[in-house]
Amino acid sequence: MQIFSCPFCGPRPEPEFHFGGELGNHRPAPDCSPEAWAQYLHFRTNPRGAAEEIWLHIPCGELFKMHRDTVTMTALPGRALGDQP
Amino acid sequence: MTRHYSALSLLKEGLAGQKGWAKAWESPEPKPRYDMVIVGGGGHGLATAYYLAKQHGITDVAVVEKGWLGGGNTGRNTTVVRSNYFFPESVRLYDMALKLYEGLSRELNYNIMLSQRGMISLAHTPAEMEMAARVVNAMQINGTDAELFGPEDVKRVLPIYNFGPKARYPALGGVWQGRSGTARHDAVAWGYARAAARLGVHILQQCEVTDFLIEGGRCRGVVTASGAIRADKVGLAVAGHSSQMAAKAGFRLPVTSYALQACVSEPVKPILDTVVLSPGAGTYASQSDKGEMVVGGGLDRIPSYGQRGNLPVLETVLSGLVEMFPAFRQLNLMRQWAGIVDVVPDSSPILGESPLPGLFLNCGWGTGGFKSIPAGGVLLAHLMATGQHHDISRPFDLDRFTTGRLIDEAAGSGIAH
Repeated sequence: MQIFSCPFCGPRPEPEFHFGGELGNHRPAPDCSPEAWAQYLHFRTNPRGAAEEIWLHIPCGELFKMHRDTVTMTALPGRALGDQP
Repeated sequence: MTRHYSALSLLKEGLAGQKGWAKAWESPEPKPRYDMVIVGGGGHGLATAYYLAKQHGITDVAVVEKGWLGGGNTGRNTTVVRSNYFFPESVRLYDMALKLYEGLSRELNYNIMLSQRGMISLAHTPAEMEMAARVVNAMQINGTDAELFGPEDVKRVLPIYNFGPKARYPALGGVWQGRSGTARHDAVAWGYARAAARLGVHILQQCEVTDFLIEGGRCRGVVTASGAIRADKVGLAVAGHSSQMAAKAGFRLPVTSYALQACVSEPVKPILDTVVLSPGAGTYASQSDKGEMVVGGGLDRIPSYGQRGNLPVLETVLSGLVEMFPAFRQLNLMRQWAGIVDVVPDSSPILGESPLPGLFLNCGWGTGGFKSIPAGGVLLAHLMATGQHHDISRPFDLDRFTTGRLIDEAAGSGIAH
């Protein structure tokens, strides 16, 4: 069982977490082209190795950001969305 | 040298001490240029090379593989072949694959050990029974075989199922497809490789593609560990690693890579002679010819390139299995592994020319790559040889993510991702 760390609740087991997408996938303006909308909606970088992601801690309902390695599966403690960087 | 496999050649070589068998395929030195290059020596890549040579007469082809043949998802799946999908486009595609599988041992002169033992997708609740009836209707209208099973039918094909009054997953019935079954996964890769090599295709193993040759906005070949290889057209069939290759070609794909696990038990006497799937329990199982119980389930919920898998999903899969088949509680597991599958938002594959002209895509099969190998090969070969879509591959072009014309099999047939 892998342990992820919610910035609000601390270390918790992985079934409590839900993958929320890649960090930095910003919604384009409503009058954007269909291509730009498709890129936002469906197309992904899907990195192999270092990844910056959004995760949801289901019990507390908070979204947060987490640095993770998609090959080794190591994960740094999550940070609140407002934290820099 | 003996090349053709038959009872007669087996007898001849048996008497001659097995010394005269020709190599199934050679390992030639890469040429600096081919008409076409296929990246990825799994089932889809090798099938594409075979159909390019066989159906289109294009034999100056190389298959470039970074590891060994069929060492990725082709060797990591649970060997199930079926075409029980919902939408007409999907049934046409997967039934094409199943029909080709039915004639493949003869076509390739290589026994792929196809066993059409039938598959039952179980329904455990009245609501699931209604969905099962809907899928059966759709499959029959789309021209493939399907039958709605009731509880007595399930008892007939799965006598060892847990029909007890306190069963957590009562079997109310389900979707039966009699032509579904299993095939030997390695044999599919090796059979295509051998047949393609006999038609002149070069199979280059241990030769990783590190970049694409891009000139004048077109893909003109690949850069490999053993030098550049030029080609008029390049096909990409690398499943879970499609995003990395796309990044080298300068575009992104609607793909997220996840680990899909499977495991096998110790071998036991024949006890399960169909393929059984329970979407509700998140488990499927079949018994291999060696007697091992081959068990799989849903995706790991964490995007991953680590070919291992994690424990919570394995626990779900196995707890479903032993609840449905109490006799299997005594089984010891021998091996567990994972393959990296390329999951697309609508759970349907991507076939077509990529945003980089001259580079053609075959990816996005997600958890269903093995069953579709012959169709993926025929359709990618057709695309590369003619530059045009086959009628069957047209709906699966990358442009559907921009037009919005998705083929959502997660909603249609209940694929669990």
